[in-house]
Amino acid sequence: MIHLKVNGTERKFDGDPEMPLLWYLRDELHLYGTKFGCGVGLCGSCTVHVGDRAVRSCVTPMKTIAEETITTIEGLGRSGLHPVQKAWIQLNVPQCGYCQSGQIMQAAALLKSNPRPRDADIDRAMAGNICRCGTYQRIRAAIKTAAEGRV
Amino acid sequence: MRQLYNVSRRAFIRGMFSAGALVVGASVAPETLWASVSLARPDGKNAVLRPNVFVAVEPNDAISIVAARSEMGTGTGTVLPLILAEELDADWTKVRIHQADGDPRYGDQDTDGSHSVRSFFDLMRQCGAAARMMLIEAAANQWRVAPAECEAELSNVIHRRSGRKATYGQLAVAASKLAVPVSSRLQLKPKSAWRYIGKAVADYYLVGLCTGQPLFGIDQHLEGMLYASVERPPVFGGRSKSYDDKEALRVAGVRQVVLIPPYVPPVAYQPLGGVAVLADNSWAAMRGRQKLKVDWENGPNAAYDSQKYHNELTETSRKQGRVVRNIGDVAAVFAKHGKTFEADYYVPLLAHAPMEPPAALAEYRDGHVTVWAPTQDPMTVRGTIAKKLHIPANNVTCHVTRLGGAFGRKSMADFTVEAAYLSKVSGRPVKVTWSREDDIKFDYYNSAAAMHMEAALEPSGRPIAWLQRSTFPPIASLFETGAVYGAPGQLQQGWTDIPFNLPNLRIENGAASAHVRIGWLRSVANVYHAFGVQTFADELAHAAGRDPVEYLLELIGPARILDLNGADYPNYGASYKAYPIDTGRLRQVLELVAERSGWAKRKPGNGVGWGVAVHRSFVTYVAAVVQVEVSEKGGIKIPRVDMAVDAGQVVDRQFVTAQFEGAAVFGTSVARNGEITATGGVIEQSNFYDYPVARINDAPLETNVHIVESSAPPGGVGEPGVPPFIPAFCNAIYAATGKRARELPLARIDLRRAPAQPRS
Repeated sequence: MIHLKVNGTERKFDGDPEMPLLWYLRDELHLYGTKFGCGVGLCGSCTVHVGDRAVRSCVTPMKTIAEETITTIEGLGRSGLHPVQKAWIQLNVPQCGYCQSGQIMQAAALLKSNPRPRDADIDRAMAGNICRCGTYQRIRAAIKTAAEGRV
Repeated sequence: MRQLYNVSRRAFIRGMFSAGALVVGASVAPETLWASVSLARPDGKNAVLRPNVFVAVEPNDAISIVAARSEMGTGTGTVLPLILAEELDADWTKVRIHQADGDPRYGDQDTDGSHSVRSFFDLMRQCGAAARMMLIEAAANQWRVAPAECEAELSNVIHRRSGRKATYGQLAVAASKLAVPVSSRLQLKPKSAWRYIGKAVADYYLVGLCTGQPLFGIDQHLEGMLYASVERPPVFGGRSKSYDDKEALRVAGVRQVVLIPPYVPPVAYQPLGGVAVLADNSWAAMRGRQKLKVDWENGPNAAYDSQKYHNELTETSRKQGRVVRNIGDVAAVFAKHGKTFEADYYVPLLAHAPMEPPAALAEYRDGHVTVWAPTQDPMTVRGTIAKKLHIPANNVTCHVTRLGGAFGRKSMADFTVEAAYLSKVSGRPVKVTWSREDDIKFDYYNSAAAMHMEAALEPSGRPIAWLQRSTFPPIASLFETGAVYGAPGQLQQGWTDIPFNLPNLRIENGAASAHVRIGWLRSVANVYHAFGVQTFADELAHAAGRDPVEYLLELIGPARILDLNGADYPNYGASYKAYPIDTGRLRQVLELVAERSGWAKRKPGNGVGWGVAVHRSFVTYVAAVVQVEVSEKGGIKIPRVDMAVDAGQVVDRQFVTAQFEGAAVFGTSVARNGEITATGGVIEQSNFYDYPVARINDAPLETNVHIVESSAPPGGVGEPGVPPFIPAFCNAIYAATGKRARELPLARIDLRRAPAQPRS
């Protein structure tokens, strides 16, 4: 039995310990904000926070996150919208929007560890998150907007 | 003008809106669909047919507007309702949007070809205007004043002279009893009074997209559903000879293994067939699938090899093909002057790779299917499922979800049919989710294409004769096994319509057979045709020592309506009278992008290069200037892109700008790394490590979109940015490095520069 906390709620899991966290979130908890994009940790659509770290939930087996605190896009702004979400809304970042949960979770983790990222920091932190619609220009601007507290 | 109807008291809307709502619909479907119903019946009872509903104003002030086309990120789902809201003079902040199911009464719902606004602009305006006029009339009646003395403003009718005011909700019941104004009386707002059109509003679902709401097809869920993962024949046209599912069935959570029969040629939108594993969750389904042992019969396409095929297409394009447009006598000029310049270009197969892979949820019950799908084309979903399951199309309900990217992939119904078929066999609702590997290996690819170009030049560098021949496996091969020539609808895309002022021109198409499924990908044939034409033009400019912008302007020639010399030119389904090829508009975007990008002041050299291209597609004119920096090690940076866009009347500047920013990124992916190859008929790529797409660190840092103010009728915006971007980018690479990309992707070219000699 694996114990963990998801968006503030205590959870118990006794299924296949190899099951990636992504499928537990989506298929068992019905938290559909975390997306499947590649299944091999290459696109970032499935990004969640384990503690304060941004991780790819599609390659994170349940057995590796016992006793951990998980935050998904649904739990990011528990007291209203997170500044990153506000910046995303302010700058109309999404097009189709599918990858944006992962982008937002990645950006929120970046700002937590580096509150004033430069372009090169943004490139490094965000290069693992693919947006096929091509919203990168607005993502970069939104991260700066959130960092500068202009939300 | 289409007929509008007051359908407020029709039985079919009961339950959709509260009693007393004013509801206006329109007949956008062919008249035959209406034959069985008398629209004169006031009660609407026995109405087999439901006129489509585009707007409802309810007594509680709620305003509902239907979005009948699919939302994949282009803004269609917000913008079409916005046009209606404009004419209705509705308070946009209080409008609710309803996504329509697949239903022929909404007219064309196939969301492709960048024509949602073009095709529905007038109808949305008319529906909004009709409802507004009825609300005004209701108020005027109530106040015993002339309707002309009343005005609409933000969901209210106002009579200024008396200071009276009523909300739309307060007027809805009375308005619902009035007749729809006849078309000759319909008063559209003057452009000067527009509140929303031409401005910028946000996506209706913006907050939901940023908070993880389950809006997409892959997010749909029904109690008791099974999750399916499908192993498909590795070679197109193959089938399972036998399979062993013993180990798969031993995986915890796996419930059933089901054979999906192969398609019946021609393949069209059918699934490829294969072996499906059904389980209690996605993970168990994927694990079970890994344990399947399938013995495949590959069929004739096992002989398909990309390198060999590349050579064949190039050979074909060097020989005489079918003539699609001709001016003068190219052969005679070549015989007299000789061909002074010739080149071959090649673009490989491309995959769509939308971030949401194909996925659908379906439930079969008592001969009826309900499917939830991220589809661009719900009517094709209904028809294809019906045929596969041998039920009438009326027994298939298709709920259209938001699409997590599509780019043409989700025009195809194959994945939805898999879900419906598996639900029928298993007796449970089934959600099919494609893995990324499935998505890359079993796509409907954009055609590979070989283009052969020849030109005879005057001493000034001006071409006096021009031959271009394009060879590609046609989309027609989906619907007619063995089709080898491009249909006019595919050839029109940047080929038949070359807009240059040439005294002798010959345009041809060579034959090529398809060994994979060929489909529509964002901009389709324009992707390779614009690459061929605009690269060739750049080569000619450089050969003549001319400035590429000046040279392109000379090639285009004077402002005129292009004569297509009797060629079969469908013009993207638009009338040529309303949407001609206007070389004046083409010149204008080129001149605008040159000015705004600072083209004349560019300083190439030291790895810096600028490139330009101009192209009309989907009746929109776009010119692009791309700046690149290529490092000594061959690394590419794109510090800035400028695009000038004449899309006629623009409805929402925010969405239009986003589409062209995105087109620059999509084009970057195609140009740098886009390549699908096959060996032994099996696709070699499988995921983002071997089919890389642009990431934030290799996408353009800044794309500036310059929208031409225009009152021409609206054109497309989703696709037209991609075709000119790619050659502009490659022309910039040439300017920076002296290396000419005649084949894509750029990843095949060694862009490393010889290191600078150390100074002594």
